[in-house]
Amino acid sequence: MGAEEFKMREPQTKKIWKAVSKDWRLYVLLLPMVIWFVLWAYKPMGGLLIAFKRFDPQFGIWGSEFKGIDNFINLVSGVNKVEFWQAFRNTFIISAYSLIFGFPVPIILALLFAEIGNDTVRKLTQTATYLPHFLSEVTITGIALMLVYSGVRSTGIIASVLQHIGLIDPGVSIMQKSNYFRPLYIMVGIWKESGYNSIVYFAAIMGISPTLYEALKVDGGNKFQEIRFITFPGMAPTLIIMIIMRIGSMLTIGYERVLLLYNANIYVTADVLSTFEQRIGILSGNYGIGAAVSLFNSLIAFALVIGANTISRNISETSLW
Amino acid sequence: MMERLNRSEKIFKVFSYTMIIIFALLALYPVLYAFSVSISGKVAYESGQIVLLPKAVTFQAYDMVLHNKGFWIAYTNTLFYTVLGTAWSMVISITGAYALQKTKLMFRRQWNFLLVFTMWFSAGMIPLYLNYKTMHVDNRWGMIIAFGVQAYNIILLRNYFSSIPKEIEEAAIMDGANEFQMLGKVYIPMSTASIATVTLFYAISRWNGYYWSRMLLANPYEQPLQVYLRQLIENYQKLYDESPVNLAYSADSLAYAIIICSIIPVLVIYPYIQKYFAKGVNMGGVKG
Repeated sequence: MGAEEFKMREPQTKKIWKAVSKDWRLYVLLLPMVIWFVLWAYKPMGGLLIAFKRFDPQFGIWGSEFKGIDNFINLVSGVNKVEFWQAFRNTFIISAYSLIFGFPVPIILALLFAEIGNDTVRKLTQTATYLPHFLSEVTITGIALMLVYSGVRSTGIIASVLQHIGLIDPGVSIMQKSNYFRPLYIMVGIWKESGYNSIVYFAAIMGISPTLYEALKVDGGNKFQEIRFITFPGMAPTLIIMIIMRIGSMLTIGYERVLLLYNANIYVTADVLSTFEQRIGILSGNYGIGAAVSLFNSLIAFALVIGANTISRNISETSLW
Repeated sequence: MMERLNRSEKIFKVFSYTMIIIFALLALYPVLYAFSVSISGKVAYESGQIVLLPKAVTFQAYDMVLHNKGFWIAYTNTLFYTVLGTAWSMVISITGAYALQKTKLMFRRQWNFLLVFTMWFSAGMIPLYLNYKTMHVDNRWGMIIAFGVQAYNIILLRNYFSSIPKEIEEAAIMDGANEFQMLGKVYIPMSTASIATVTLFYAISRWNGYYWSRMLLANPYEQPLQVYLRQLIENYQKLYDESPVNLAYSADSLAYAIIICSIIPVLVIYPYIQKYFAKGVNMGGVKG
């Protein structure tokens, strides 16, 4: 068996080598990208091993002492369990709220853009609504924090509006109150991404054949029937893919935004897995436990993406890959 | 042909125009408000008179920002990271995207899979951090080399490259073009719009990058603008209080002035590049 296989393999290797040396320039072009992803994406995956170790920087990833699933047990039932489960719960709650409140806004925007016949008005309003997407998280959250700030010297405009209508007491800083974090986080997200996310829906609506609309008009259909029976079915594939992608990326919710908005007083509603991971891993130096959260996070995220794509392929014959 | 609108359509038109203008104003409002406060006087702001337009206009907050040494160091650093970093990301992305779409590339499916897989599965924050630390990228050049290449952008370019008609390529081969010449003289000149789009995506994300710079760069002389900006947003009241004279503007004006200065380059190039990115988003479709 061995000899036969060897015979088969040798010409194969030779063939590959011949093709590579003939088109060596092509492989020279491929190489930088491969090296980059190996060094900065694949090599760190080996570092996930420390989730099963008691990481000691002195011995490195490979030399540290193997501890099995101790780090995971510590997370779910040890000293860190309260914080871990809190972050776990918050991750899903914040994602779910963002999905429920944030998902419809770009669709509404796209429907409205499609109605704007005047090119100048449409271009200007599109330019305005896309803009926040291009500003940095630091800028966006910086402005947001100042707008809701209420202190001795100054009161942000949103804080003062809320005080006027009696929703909050003067001098109370919203950011120190845990029940305001999630609405704020979701509003910031809607402000930053809705316009930009409307681009795909707008393209989907533009792709619907105008003859369908004309036919409905001949039959005496009104605008609402138009949206109900033509526009929505027409953009259904895009809608399904987008909603599935959102579910697939549930765990990777913008930790940068959370990190920039939250503070120690509101962890109870604001702390998510990534921010917990950063605190326990990088800031406190518990790399092993931090890596356990990393692995947990990455595996669930991976499962969600694969699951979402499988569902998408089955129900709409559209898949992401 | 004049379009005849029935009643429900007319109502919907008016409704749409009104709503879309409200949405556009809401999207711009925080930025406009920030600008207004940044040029308003202390008394007017602190007594809550600024709603949209500035009052008691003064540009002294900008004067203070522009005379702040730390601000210029951070600004120059960000320019450095953005220009060189974008160039680095583009070289890797263009060459990689070109190779990945060639049918004669051995193991093409496998190479593509290795690229796409990085979009589904990430090592996670802690392993990435330890890798950056052991590879010593916590310095200027490290920030450029180890960051910024995105699989999604490579796929955008790859899809565009593969849509270039094969006849053109065959003609170039007849003329004796090798792979390097093919990329430089055929593919790149034919894809300027897509390349502009991806360059823009990279440049914006370099300009706006924050997290890893904050985690890795210890030397304040290497820190980019976003890190500096965040530190100021956290401590602007202290900076304000350190001023030896009584200021005509409020501490918030100072913070807003810094924010406005940091977004000016984005605001300036944004209208010109807008035509490219809408195209870019749709060019890749929703496919990964």
